[in-house]
Amino acid sequence: MTLAELVLSVMFVGLIAYGLFGGADFGAGIWDLLAGGTRRGARQRDLIERSIAPVWEANHVWLIFVIVVLWTAFSGAFAAVASTLYVPLTLAAFGMIARGAAFAFRKSITTLGMRRFLGAAFALSSLVTPYFLGAVVGGVASGRVPAGIAAGDVVTSWVNPTSVLGGVLAVLVCAYLAAVFLCGDARREGSEDLADQFRVRALGTATLTGGIGIAGLFVLRADAPLLFDGLTGRAAPVVGVSVLAGVAALVLLVTRRFSAARAASALAVTAILVGWAVAQYPYLLLPEVTIEEAARGRATLVAMLVALVVGAVILLPALWYLYSLFQRSPSAPAAPRPLAPASPGGAAG
Amino acid sequence: MDPLDVLADAAENLYPARMQMALSLGWHIIFSCFGIAFPLITVVTEWLGHRRDDAALTALAHTFAKAMGVLFAAGAVSGTLLSFEMGILWPRLMDRFGELFGFPFVLEGFAFFIEAIFVGVYLFGWNRLSPRAHMLSALPMAVSGMAGAFFVVAANAWMNNPTGFALDAQGRITDARPWAAMFGPSTWPQVVHMLLGAHMVTGFTIASVYAVGMLRGRREPRHRAGLLIPLVFAAVITPVQIGVGDWIATTVAENQPAKLAAMEAQFETTAGASLSLGGIYSDDELRYALEIPYGLSLLVHHDPSGVVLGLEEFPADERPPVNVVHLAYDTMVALGSALLLLAAWFGWSWWRRRRIPGTTWFLRAVAVSGAAAVVALEAGWVTTEVGRQPWIVYGLMRTADAVSPAPGLYLGFYAVVVIYLLLTALTVFVLRRLAHSGDTAAPQEVDATTPDPSTGEVAVR
Repeated sequence: MTLAELVLSVMFVGLIAYGLFGGADFGAGIWDLLAGGTRRGARQRDLIERSIAPVWEANHVWLIFVIVVLWTAFSGAFAAVASTLYVPLTLAAFGMIARGAAFAFRKSITTLGMRRFLGAAFALSSLVTPYFLGAVVGGVASGRVPAGIAAGDVVTSWVNPTSVLGGVLAVLVCAYLAAVFLCGDARREGSEDLADQFRVRALGTATLTGGIGIAGLFVLRADAPLLFDGLTGRAAPVVGVSVLAGVAALVLLVTRRFSAARAASALAVTAILVGWAVAQYPYLLLPEVTIEEAARGRATLVAMLVALVVGAVILLPALWYLYSLFQRSPSAPAAPRPLAPASPGGAAG
Repeated sequence: MDPLDVLADAAENLYPARMQMALSLGWHIIFSCFGIAFPLITVVTEWLGHRRDDAALTALAHTFAKAMGVLFAAGAVSGTLLSFEMGILWPRLMDRFGELFGFPFVLEGFAFFIEAIFVGVYLFGWNRLSPRAHMLSALPMAVSGMAGAFFVVAANAWMNNPTGFALDAQGRITDARPWAAMFGPSTWPQVVHMLLGAHMVTGFTIASVYAVGMLRGRREPRHRAGLLIPLVFAAVITPVQIGVGDWIATTVAENQPAKLAAMEAQFETTAGASLSLGGIYSDDELRYALEIPYGLSLLVHHDPSGVVLGLEEFPADERPPVNVVHLAYDTMVALGSALLLLAAWFGWSWWRRRRIPGTTWFLRAVAVSGAAAVVALEAGWVTTEVGRQPWIVYGLMRTADAVSPAPGLYLGFYAVVVIYLLLTALTVFVLRRLAHSGDTAAPQEVDATTPDPSTGEVAVR
């Protein structure tokens, strides 16, 4: 593995963490949107709020991390992506602002009208933000971002079959992850009926995601042949792992083993992200810019690796402490439950 | 596409892109000040409450912590937008200099992550952790807030004073040394100036909130402490800041003479230059200004006959917009001096009588000091950013050459204006609620319950 690939791999670990933690966070917002009327959905919304409140900021810093690593180590490719895909990226950023602000402030506000407005802003932006991020991935993966500043089409680079597929899949995966994680959270609060509601939703979204994933292969064959070849060729084993993990998660959900279902779901999503990376290898921007071509100077890459290792040594214990603190939460009457799928403390749940 | 189209688009995008960046950064910088300084003020208050076993101080610290949570959340969402804008608005800056300019942001990413984690721990851990563990959890929060400021300001200092690389014949970066780039000549003066400024903004702003309360007749111990503790922070730091201001002015004179000339609206290169306050600059001349003989030479060279370079030394297309820079600089200095007087007044009274001055004029002065500190902060930031123009990277890349040529980019500016208006209104609304009812929850807290829909207005807790 070259130095550039190593740096990119570490970035990709951040992307996977964002996909799991941030994704579950977005998904929880989507279920907030679909929870029904104010009174009927109140218990579900309460559960969602308790699950994500303490960790929502930390969950979304992963994206910042991905962006800053890209712009330092692969500046040219980053500039090409940001300038060509500026529309969906701007919309995603607006979505994050609306979502963060609404979620942060709505509990401090008691007038019903304002709370409804903020609740709607939170839920709606939870739906559109992952869509735009998925569309960005679709634009890159289907080779619509050429090298150069704003060299691609600013509309068709994200309004195209692969981007639509990417966006829809991103939304579904977020919703699925959240539903699985919320099953476990609900059970730990002793709300078996809520756990059951989310179990049905998890099963529903899993089926839908699987179906669209299979249909999506035909879309990719027509619209993004290079990616299709990669996914069905070199990345086929990884895709296979994803499918197996997905099926296992279904079985575990049916048999109500929620902790194991969390792990299996996280594995399925991780594998599909890794599959995308393997399918695209060795290109950073399909079909012309390779990872090696896009990488910046050696001194920068080395400095980056040093920073990443030292940073991780400081960060990971802190993160572990955060999640485990919420899991323990001894003296709280209404113990909060974070969405902490992969944390050491959370897996036991 | 016709290359002329691209140029036309870039020219059309330049002004809105600059305004969008200015608005996003100008908004974010206020909240980052609280991210830098509020943790320390909060934990000192908590520690005092714990040591003296004073319930009023502990309750005050809890209110501080909640306000800190709200401000941190607002800062976090506005910071996310900035990381997108860097690539969306200025792709050519990132393309050419990303490996140097971008590196401090990687470290800032970690610092921000740590701060977000410990803001969560600190707020969630209230009454859940032992007092000792709880106060200890504030330390990483305070340290990472200041470290984050270092990294962001180091990136800005690099734009003012790019170092740590070599250029080839085509102007491309070779031999990039990101660690060296982070410690250029402007880094330490700018960082220290920013850290002290953040403490002034935070201290004076919090004190001003409680000064308003005391003017309305609230004199209980908790209110007095709410004024006193942050004011002590701000008052101690203000004189230090004036000294640091001198350091930074010398650095600018040495490395960015065009910026210094614009700050002082000095056209001709002069020995024994006088310091000009206020006035309007037009046709290479400053009119209606108050002149202090030899002031500028003294300020810059600590020598009344020192030579100060004027704007005439630079081609017309390499001069910053003089009026904006000069008036912003004067505003910062004037407000800083006023705050110094306030600090001296407070210090004198404390030294002689061990209490805050009794007159309501003092409370009135403290009540406006927060706004004054924020305006001074913005003015200082305008001075350094506009003073660097027309360069985005001083002497190497023009702002006009960095902007994205993507069609329609300028529309984003209007959207950002609307979003920030809403965000400001929301933040102010929540903070006002917090001021009126201490039970209001901060975003990172989890013990709030949803209100009963049948009543419309209910207690949150």
